Amino acid sequence: MGIDISQFLDTFYEESFEGLDIMETNLLALDAGQVDDDTINSIFRAAHSIKGGSGTFGLMDVADFTHVLETLLDEMRDGVRPVTSEGVSLMLSSVDVLRDMLTALRDGNEIDTARVSEVHADLETMLKGSVAAAKEDQTVAETANAEAAPQASGDGWKIVFRPMVQMLKTGNDPVRMIKELDELGELSVRADLDDLPPLEDLDPEECRIGWTMELKGDVTEEAIKEIFSWVEDECELNIEPLAAAEVPETEVAEEAEAAPVAEPVTEPATAPAAVEVSATAPAPVAEKKEAAAPATVKKAAAKDSGSIRVGIDKVDVLINMVGELVITQSMLNQIGEEFTMDKLQKLQEGLAELERHTREMQENVMRIRMLPISFAFNRFPRLVHDLSQKLNKKIELKMSGEQTELDKTVMEKIGDPLVHLVRNSLDHGIETPEVRKANGKPEVGELLLNAYHQGGKIVIEIHDDGAGLNTDRIRAKAIEKGLIKEGENLPPEKIHELIFHPGFSTAEQVSDVSGRGVGMDVVKRNIKDLGGSVEVQSEAGVGSVFTIRLPLTLAILDGQLMRIGDQTFVIPLVSITESLQVNEAYIKSIASDTELYKLRDEYVPVLRLHDVFGIEPDSKELVGGLLMVVEGDGQYAGLFVDELMGQQQVVIKSLESNFKPVEGVSGATILGDGTVALIIDVAGLVQLARKRNRRGQGQNIAA
Amino acid sequence: MPTILAVDDSASMRQMVTFTLKGAGFSVIDAVDGVDALSKVKGKSVDLVLTDVNMPRMDGIALIKELRALPNFKFTPILMLTTESGSDKKSEGKSAGATGWIVKPFNPDQLLATIKKVLG
Repeated sequence: MGIDISQFLDTFYEESFEGLDIMETNLLALDAGQVDDDTINSIFRAAHSIKGGSGTFGLMDVADFTHVLETLLDEMRDGVRPVTSEGVSLMLSSVDVLRDMLTALRDGNEIDTARVSEVHADLETMLKGSVAAAKEDQTVAETANAEAAPQASGDGWKIVFRPMVQMLKTGNDPVRMIKELDELGELSVRADLDDLPPLEDLDPEECRIGWTMELKGDVTEEAIKEIFSWVEDECELNIEPLAAAEVPETEVAEEAEAAPVAEPVTEPATAPAAVEVSATAPAPVAEKKEAAAPATVKKAAAKDSGSIRVGIDKVDVLINMVGELVITQSMLNQIGEEFTMDKLQKLQEGLAELERHTREMQENVMRIRMLPISFAFNRFPRLVHDLSQKLNKKIELKMSGEQTELDKTVMEKIGDPLVHLVRNSLDHGIETPEVRKANGKPEVGELLLNAYHQGGKIVIEIHDDGAGLNTDRIRAKAIEKGLIKEGENLPPEKIHELIFHPGFSTAEQVSDVSGRGVGMDVVKRNIKDLGGSVEVQSEAGVGSVFTIRLPLTLAILDGQLMRIGDQTFVIPLVSITESLQVNEAYIKSIASDTELYKLRDEYVPVLRLHDVFGIEPDSKELVGGLLMVVEGDGQYAGLFVDELMGQQQVVIKSLESNFKPVEGVSGATILGDGTVALIIDVAGLVQLARKRNRRGQGQNIAA
Repeated sequence: MPTILAVDDSASMRQMVTFTLKGAGFSVIDAVDGVDALSKVKGKSVDLVLTDVNMPRMDGIALIKELRALPNFKFTPILMLTTESGSDKKSEGKSAGATGWIVKPFNPDQLLATIKKVLG
């Protein structure tokens, strides 16, 4: 046949990496004390699939390695091996090794054989210390038996085959086996019909016939057994060399009953198993070099074009749209076939519809690239687990907003900066349990990863409740490095920003966790390269928050549509806290152009959007008008608008790439009717309001 | 041309098996686990079943039991795709009604040879 199985490798790698993620997640759950069948079973199943697949696709290094891991897991699953934290740690390391091996194989790189052998040896050691080391490996017993079995003399074999009555019910056909025997050599067959009942009692689903056969030729006993291997428990089988088969037939049958041939095969043989266990350890090491990167693997790596998994719902939407497109197209066809001028309006309507469908289609195809940030967050439970062990700290990781979507490309690039920031928070931020206790904090530190959409950007926050940045030390270091002058009076925020300066590191001891001072500046540069920003807020003794803002040029936004004059705007739904009708009693004017509105106990600045955007509104009279209270960056403002319209999901089009950045506007979108609507950047707008307020107060003071 | 039901939760194995069988001229119904398989062959009959053992939702053993209870599958050959270390699973599968097994890892040629033997 010669089927090139390397064509399935991409799929195999993809599913193996998913399997490894599943293993990791569940191993961490085990470590946290969640020892239940489901958890262990999912780990086992993932390992088992990787083993099966790697064997099938010729990745023997991976198969060998996974085999040992699988055996360990099998023992845990059967309850003969307790789940210990050393065991879990070793298996987590194994997951890493497998991930590295598969990555290397996929990319056509060298496997780190030293590391593989090391963990492989650890697994073997753990396995050897087990109560059930000899449990598996009947394969060895089988081979041992095969070798011990007498070889064909060349005369041939006498075979007595008596199926049990129910054998047909497992789909096995005796005729097939006899045919196969016939292919091995010269076969003569005699049917034993003694058990055959009279025709009226005959049950066609039962097998009541036995066979005695003589097979002549140079055939091994193993080859014959192989043919009957599926039915060894469902028949009496006796195989003897022809020369020795002088015993009367009936006695042979009795012997067969007394000692079924099946027995030695299923019986575990402890002695050879022990040999097997020690033998597997050095073997893979020796083989590793040749097998490290077979040619087929390199070929697969070259054509790896990357793939994404897309939710069925997204695909369904697309299919629906294609359906709509087809309908519109056939409608247009019909108009085109017998076109007269009175059908012009219909044609225009049809074309408009076509345009709308095409655009929706485009937007939804874009959505395929959007993935929940959980893809980037998923690696952190493991990272935090490993690092907190290494650093002897107790840390609880919390995550929220994992379903916030962002573009796949952005996701891939933000991974490393995120890891760096998290490592940094664990290493420098959160204190050891002793220090925390002494400072009256709970022993377990908390690290929170949070993501959300804000003003057409995705915001990722990394909170820790650690010691916070040491302002004095940063200042001293900055003076030492000549970044600031002695006596220069900077507010703490400005000093904290210095940690993003190239070559800055305050760690007194360079640790292998957060590197050697190349770090924060690289993080900042990477984020900047993505068109984003990173900032830090920190309070001594309370903790730090790193906030990353990334543009989301392709993001879909849940928006509230509103109108001022003849212009429609979109406001992110999440920013709106309430909308109300303006009551005259609550309006306060501070300066000629600054109005405040009393909202319960607070005053919020009123922003007349028609002023900001220079639009002629329906009405300039606040009283009786609509005020939309919005929140951005923790600040509130009341937006004065003409009318609230519907809510809908909109696709953000970047103004920066199509026009230029505009203060207070995060982007634009095209509405269902084809008009362009600006998307309001609430945080930017609120800042704009505050600036105007300050200006207003400044004028007051000046006056 | 004979129809074969191929059940495996691993996409790469499923692809490999399906590709091999289709290449040899068989019709293939593929399924990701026991539940999927049962829903796909409901009311139909096939000439042969290939099933993985370890699968989520409904594993191969449970699938074999369910299939054997269907009139259409009473005598259909059912082969388990299993690993060498799965001896317990082999006998468990046999008592559930499996015809036999193909040991993983296998290559496309081995797969076809076994299937051709069983189908005669």
